[in-house]
Amino acid sequence: MQATSTIEQPAAPPASDSRSWSRAFRDIREAWGQRELWAHLGWQDIKQRYRRSVIGPLWITIGMGSTALALGLLYSQLFGQDIATFLPYVTVGFIIWNFILGCVVEGTDVFIANEGLIKQLPAPISIYVLRMVWRQVLLFLHNLIVYVIVLAIFFSSLSHPYYLQNSQVEHPGLGLGMLLAIPAFALLVINGSWVALLFGIVSTRFRDIPPVVSSFINLVFFMTPIVWSTGDLTKVTNGTGSWRTAVAELNPMYHYIEIVRAPLLGHQQSWHHWVVVGALTIVGWALALTALRNYRARVSYWV
Amino acid sequence: MVSIDVWNASVDFPIFEAKSRSLKKLVLGKVGGKIATETKIPIIEALHDISISLKEGDRVGLVGHNGAGKSTLLRLLSGIYEPTRGSSRIVGKVAPVFDLGVGMDPEISGFENIIIRGLFLGMSRKQMEQRVDDIAEFTELGDYLSMPLRTYSTGMRVRLALGVVTSIDPEILLLDEGIGAVDAAFLNKARDRLVDLVKRSGLLVFASHSDEFLMELCNSAIWMDEGKVKMHGSLREVLTAYKGKDPYENLSPEMLERLGEAPAFAGNGGGDNG
Repeated sequence: MQATSTIEQPAAPPASDSRSWSRAFRDIREAWGQRELWAHLGWQDIKQRYRRSVIGPLWITIGMGSTALALGLLYSQLFGQDIATFLPYVTVGFIIWNFILGCVVEGTDVFIANEGLIKQLPAPISIYVLRMVWRQVLLFLHNLIVYVIVLAIFFSSLSHPYYLQNSQVEHPGLGLGMLLAIPAFALLVINGSWVALLFGIVSTRFRDIPPVVSSFINLVFFMTPIVWSTGDLTKVTNGTGSWRTAVAELNPMYHYIEIVRAPLLGHQQSWHHWVVVGALTIVGWALALTALRNYRARVSYWV
Repeated sequence: MVSIDVWNASVDFPIFEAKSRSLKKLVLGKVGGKIATETKIPIIEALHDISISLKEGDRVGLVGHNGAGKSTLLRLLSGIYEPTRGSSRIVGKVAPVFDLGVGMDPEISGFENIIIRGLFLGMSRKQMEQRVDDIAEFTELGDYLSMPLRTYSTGMRVRLALGVVTSIDPEILLLDEGIGAVDAAFLNKARDRLVDLVKRSGLLVFASHSDEFLMELCNSAIWMDEGKVKMHGSLREVLTAYKGKDPYENLSPEMLERLGEAPAFAGNGGGDNG
């Protein structure tokens, strides 16, 4: 029996670079370079869901529209709010929440769901993250149609300075400040990417994470000022900023939602939300990049 | 310059069973200390200490029994698995054809699938659109290309996958067995295209149980056994050692001439790296 043949190997074997920053960054860079692929796949995912249905992706818009309408009507009555200002508030909050929800919940599943592709085709793993986030962006854009409709209906009550009930804060009304929603949403997308990357890698290794995340995310929804406002908190504390106001301030979701929601509704903006989100972006990406560096090569073993 | 180098590489699969795959064990396991041995994850050593150096122009056949590590080795060579020990370096654009079903979406049309598969293999949408007519002609699928893929038979899917991969110019082509599901007439046609493709591609690694295919496409071979390279040499040497007899013996003279082999096996003939 012949042993392994000895062929002239080039140079001494270099140390494996599987766990290096350069490979981690290269992964992201190459994934970004394959825009055509993930953009196509992300759009395909949406078309796929509604193939053979008559109005297709418009169902996304209709679903969001009816949910926002029902929630807006119900909670405006429960909290004794004016529908004209409260319905747009709930609608926008819910649309943004849906984007965050998608990124977090589907983010935990991002590599597990793509097991077949990961095991068969050599590709940077960030591609699957970008595909998922892009899909969420497209869903968000569909839902934005509901926002436009709601805005058209209640424009007269939002276009001038107004108050939300239970709140002393005067909102300046719709204006040029709306443009801030664009960088705010971009920041949200950037955050969605690190969430999916980090949660995706950890969940691939520990399969308890996805079910844990999907059960606790509902709790987060009710703890976040979406169907209620921080004004309600101020009211129950009689304006004496007690510990109860911390419920909102300590919840990162509140800040993420607020930076996009405030400009879209012509609300008074507070820079501290931007500061919090900015800090979370940096910390989050640092964690995600560390996970990518250390476990990028392990994902194909774990799925 | 296209090349694949693997140095003392091992591929170990951790086997997480339901219990050890949860955080609970990892977190709680540390508390007791005693249980720590239980939390240790069993490992399957799929490949052990592999050193291979392939360069431009190599056409390597992979032989070995089921479970010998052929498919895992192909995934190592494609870069899907990075070695858990040792290291590897792959230079060139890899086009793997492992599972013909992957990257194929049953609900969308054959045409759309061609585009997506091409995108996965590193082509642009435009480049694929230029090739669609050629692929349609080659696969003989005609109007079926506008039908959803779930209406296709296995053979038709193989045709589609082969059509796509043979229409592009990969630098490193990695083929796993499983292209046998098509009928003989198409296989002959595909063979010509495959041979042509192999000539165009810089490097080929092909796992197959078909001597005929191996002899047609490859000039050297690696025999995998229990996750190790048992033998690496000329195709004829390796096949003879693997099968226990010279597979070239029973070939017709015309066939031998086409393959450029001598009718009798001299013992160490043809080997360039024996």
